[in-house]
Amino acid sequence: MIRDHFRILTVDLATGKGRIVIIDGRDTVAGGSGLAALLFEKYGHPDRPWDDPEQPLIFAIGPLTGYFPLMSKTVCGFKSPYHDQYGESHGGGRSALSLRFADLDGLVITGRAERPSFLSIGSRHLELKDVHYMWGVDLQESGKMLRKMIGGAGHRSILRIGPAGENLSAYACITVDTYRHFGRLGGGAVMGSKNLKAIAILGDGIFDLPEGKEYASLFDDVHNKLTTTDMMDKYHNLGTPVNVAILNEIKALPIRNLQRTTDPKIKGITGETFADDTLLRNTACAGCPVGCIHIGFVREKFMEPNQYLYRQVSYDHEPVFATGSMLGMTNAFSVLAIIDMVEKMGLDVMSAGVALAWATEALENGVISEKETLVPLKFDDAAGYKEAVQHLGLGTNDFYRLLAQGTMKAAEQYGGENFACVLGQEMAGYATGEVFFTSQALGFRHSHLDSGGYSFDQKHEEKDVKQAVDFLVKDEQGRVLLTSMVSCLFAREVYNNELLADCLNALGYTTLAGNMHQVAQHVQKMRWRLRLSTGFNPQGVKIPGSFTEVTTWKGPVDEKYLNALKEEYAKRIMDLGRSEGT
Amino acid sequence: MKTRKILTTPRMERCIGCHACSLACARLVNKKLSWDTAGIRIVSSGGLSTGFEAKPCVACNPAPCALACPTGAFSQRKAGGVIVKRKLCIQCGDCAAACPVDAVYLDATTEPFVCIHCGQCVPFCPHDCLEMAEVAP
Repeated sequence: MIRDHFRILTVDLATGKGRIVIIDGRDTVAGGSGLAALLFEKYGHPDRPWDDPEQPLIFAIGPLTGYFPLMSKTVCGFKSPYHDQYGESHGGGRSALSLRFADLDGLVITGRAERPSFLSIGSRHLELKDVHYMWGVDLQESGKMLRKMIGGAGHRSILRIGPAGENLSAYACITVDTYRHFGRLGGGAVMGSKNLKAIAILGDGIFDLPEGKEYASLFDDVHNKLTTTDMMDKYHNLGTPVNVAILNEIKALPIRNLQRTTDPKIKGITGETFADDTLLRNTACAGCPVGCIHIGFVREKFMEPNQYLYRQVSYDHEPVFATGSMLGMTNAFSVLAIIDMVEKMGLDVMSAGVALAWATEALENGVISEKETLVPLKFDDAAGYKEAVQHLGLGTNDFYRLLAQGTMKAAEQYGGENFACVLGQEMAGYATGEVFFTSQALGFRHSHLDSGGYSFDQKHEEKDVKQAVDFLVKDEQGRVLLTSMVSCLFAREVYNNELLADCLNALGYTTLAGNMHQVAQHVQKMRWRLRLSTGFNPQGVKIPGSFTEVTTWKGPVDEKYLNALKEEYAKRIMDLGRSEGT
Repeated sequence: MKTRKILTTPRMERCIGCHACSLACARLVNKKLSWDTAGIRIVSSGGLSTGFEAKPCVACNPAPCALACPTGAFSQRKAGGVIVKRKLCIQCGDCAAACPVDAVYLDATTEPFVCIHCGQCVPFCPHDCLEMAEVAP
């Protein structure tokens, strides 16, 4: 519903009761990232650990969610088990529209349920059910059970965790509607620590639209822009895995734990190969006609003679990099088989793949032995990796339990910090150079999507520290405005400030439309202030040695430039975090 | 001669579940933001891995919902389906009960929403799943 305030549902899992709370701030934080930060300020406890039962798990949408195409993402805010600091993770599926139609701008979950539980909410519904029998059940099986427990097929969103979340892995994800994820920074463990196996959001509300033809006509314009530009081709055609071949060509694809950045064998796992050999179909987040989600399949022979089963697995550039090139895989079906196991366990696929890449190199170097890994990890050996993913999700031994807390944590204990590919968290799939490494290592979410550092690397040969850091700060500010609306970042070239203002005006958010620049600045600073208040020290961030040994199309990484970027960006982050409210 | 067309869903195997059709119907026909108040609704057929189904009006002729309507709010459309006159509706819900394919949605006040075969949803489908088809006279 269009309103000048936020309508928030808070649920205390200890009592199973909820409360509708009205909060001001629409014109200052908009929603999404801004609203999640505002709600963490209100309900969070910066001084207490991430798993304190009173810490909130926050889901927030924005003023444009559901009203315009590709305004289809939800921001999840929480104190992360990965670094015990405030963090955000973004997910799509049907979560955003479900929250919209449940008539909520945000959902805040606090407390710890006495027994493993399933929370379902809707515009006229709130229930907390005991599902102790579902604890330990993998994500695919629990999905089947949950779907039968509630109505509203197609018009609901189901968020759930797997064994990794239950076992409090610092990079357990929250899976949304089977194929999407709040992947990074361990939201799944936050649910696990709250004894919360799943959340269903029923999108059963109905709202009036603005009078007159302006809104419907603007919607048509936006829809046409989004479906007729080359964006449609980029994300709908091969999807993000188109990057695999491109990055390999320019020597910027992390391969075999970043030992290489290009390899002719990569042709077995390019976006083109996935499309030719494995692609079954595309699917979409609700409210997005682009349909970037690519679904491939795995086929397993489980019995002789010729008895097979198959499963459908979604793939993108990041999973293909993390469980493909990073693990030296050369076959697309093998990559899907590893992703499939990661999905069952409910791990963040990027962290899981990069962690196992480190473990493989550590095993090769004798830093660890098979006593730790339990399986003889070898690059390009899918069977071993599938087994290892299971150990990681289940926390089979001390080694895997520690590795599931973060690659660097394991490296600090066992050795091999130098080749742990960690930039704040396990790296994303771009070895483009100094600006990207700095951007992910220090970025707010430690995500490749915080700002376009990877793109800056590809467009700039010169080594101008000020220009690069100015870009990172400004680009983050632009993106935080989009993630406060909440747009899919794939639409960032269409949703420029002018169009965002038109959309907000069409819905009656005129003050916000005239205030976007200040809102973006405010939310950017607010998030950094929260991050710093929960312990982040950008000046203490270390970039492991292997990143300085990378050679891209531009030549070897320049360590001096990298350090200068890091120092300058850290300074700017400190300034941003300090300046708010002063 | 006036063409007589109905909305059909001949290529639902291509559906990506974006809901653009439902949202367009709710927005353009019923002036609502909703997944439900739409003449075409998309459901996953037993989880997302099995694809999507549409729940449209199949243009019965005679239409059981029109026959069941006690006040003439639903009346027979010549090409199949119904003509809806909201002012005549007493929100009894008999139309939804009579529909053999669950195509009539009742909101919390039992107001019915059904496809009127206007075709405004069709251009919003990115995969050409929907089609306005001519009906033999």
